[in-house]
Amino acid sequence: MAAPLLEIDDLHVKYGNVEALHGIGITVRQGEIVTILGANGAGKSTTLRAVSGLLRPSGGEIRFEGRPTQLVPAHERVKMGIAQSPEGRRIFGTLTVSDNLFLGAYTLSDKQKIARTLAWIYELFPVLEKRRGQLAGTLSGGEQQMLAIGRALMANPRILLLDEPSLGLAPLLVKAIFQTIREVNQTGVTVVLVEQNARAALKLAHRGYVMEVGRIVLEGPASALLSDPKVQSAYLAGRA
Amino acid sequence: MEQFLQQLTNGLAVGSIYALIALGYTMVYGVLKLINFAHGDLFTYGAYLGMTLLTSLLLKDRLGMVAGVLVLAGMVMGLVGLLGVILERAAYRPLRESPRLSAVVSALGASIFLQNALMLVYGARYQVYPEDILPQTAVSLLGFEIPLMRIVVFLASVVMMAALYLFVQKTKIGTAIRAAAIDQGAARLMGIDVDRVVLVVFLIGPALGGAAGLLVGLYYGQVNFTMGWIYGMKAFTAAILGGIGNIPGAMVGGLLLGVVEALGAAYLSIAWKDAIAFCVLILILIVRPTGLLGERVAEKV
Repeated sequence: MAAPLLEIDDLHVKYGNVEALHGIGITVRQGEIVTILGANGAGKSTTLRAVSGLLRPSGGEIRFEGRPTQLVPAHERVKMGIAQSPEGRRIFGTLTVSDNLFLGAYTLSDKQKIARTLAWIYELFPVLEKRRGQLAGTLSGGEQQMLAIGRALMANPRILLLDEPSLGLAPLLVKAIFQTIREVNQTGVTVVLVEQNARAALKLAHRGYVMEVGRIVLEGPASALLSDPKVQSAYLAGRA
Repeated sequence: MEQFLQQLTNGLAVGSIYALIALGYTMVYGVLKLINFAHGDLFTYGAYLGMTLLTSLLLKDRLGMVAGVLVLAGMVMGLVGLLGVILERAAYRPLRESPRLSAVVSALGASIFLQNALMLVYGARYQVYPEDILPQTAVSLLGFEIPLMRIVVFLASVVMMAALYLFVQKTKIGTAIRAAAIDQGAARLMGIDVDRVVLVVFLIGPALGGAAGLLVGLYYGQVNFTMGWIYGMKAFTAAILGGIGNIPGAMVGGLLLGVVEALGAAYLSIAWKDAIAFCVLILILIVRPTGLLGERVAEKV
């Protein structure tokens, strides 16, 4: 079994006086796709934000390649190999598509390597190449999602954190994006996928965690979660 | 015709100074959503530093006119830029996570502090620039005599603005500034050190403001410790006029304000000069609340 790349250990996060995460533990091994499922407000995005360093934990530890990250500011975590496509995409709407992508590679200086990654992103999402000179805010929702993922990949991350890449997208587009995530994973990038679309996420992932109001309530191989009666009734019911 | 051309060129010269100062307001607002009320005082420091360096270092005698003035401008910009960085560290960074109003109060406090410190050192009286720095000649343009100083002020401002524009559009750190202005959190996720972006903004904005102070000193020949107030207000108006947070907007707003003010003073009444400036602001904000170039595209959700 591969070594753990990301270890979240008894993580607590507070917003003001309200605790949003009550000590969660998640382990992601090199090369895996791990999905985190749960309803709105379960703490999925909070977990990703803490891993990226946008939020400071009030307790517990996040280790990346065995190294504690408490003292590493957000911008240096990108250099360590952690990239995120955040909730709501957060693309830079008044900058061009190619400006957005180059910002993704902000921590890199090897121009040839950046050009190679860019060519790969354009291969994954040909529409981005077509629209590269356009302001990112004028893209459709699906294209913006591709841009957000492509921008995160521009950093050549070891681990890619995806926060609800399927949100608001047509089913066909979701399928295409998930297929791309699989391709990305096959090149060796570890993926953490936060999703509300539990069925699609579990079909893609190797393992999954289910969160409820700031706690992990269930974890296991994706196939086991897919057939778990509790998961089926809470997250898969009524969906095709 | 003669009067019109004289006032137009005068307006462009003054307007380009407004624009230089406005850039400092708009860049800081863009990244921090904060109005740096002490920016006008940094402009004043530029004017005073220029005067002191001119009289004490005798740059013109040592280096000749052109090199002397360029070195002087470089020193003034560097020192005022440094002052801007210190200001950010001392007055704004400790309040970054505090409510917006705290930073505004801190900005006003910093403004009063800077102004009074200057008065204690130099006194409250008007101070006069050395007269023989640049030749007080006029050049002939379309058959009219335009003072050389006016052209120098305008060209110097335009060169600095063009340099800034290229810096922001073409360099990596410039793109980082634009990204941080749009979304600081997302910028952090790109690996951008937002504190460093803020530092650069507080170096460049005040440096340009300081250069504007030096130009005003050279143009009008006299300086006063309160001069930053009215120039600051005008430049702030120019920034809002163009759309605050928008760099080309500050340039357009500054030039427009300068020209309108000069023409208004000539054809309506000089006593109404300042009132005209603010009337223009109100009119434009009624028609376009985001300023002339504000919010270029609507964000698609």
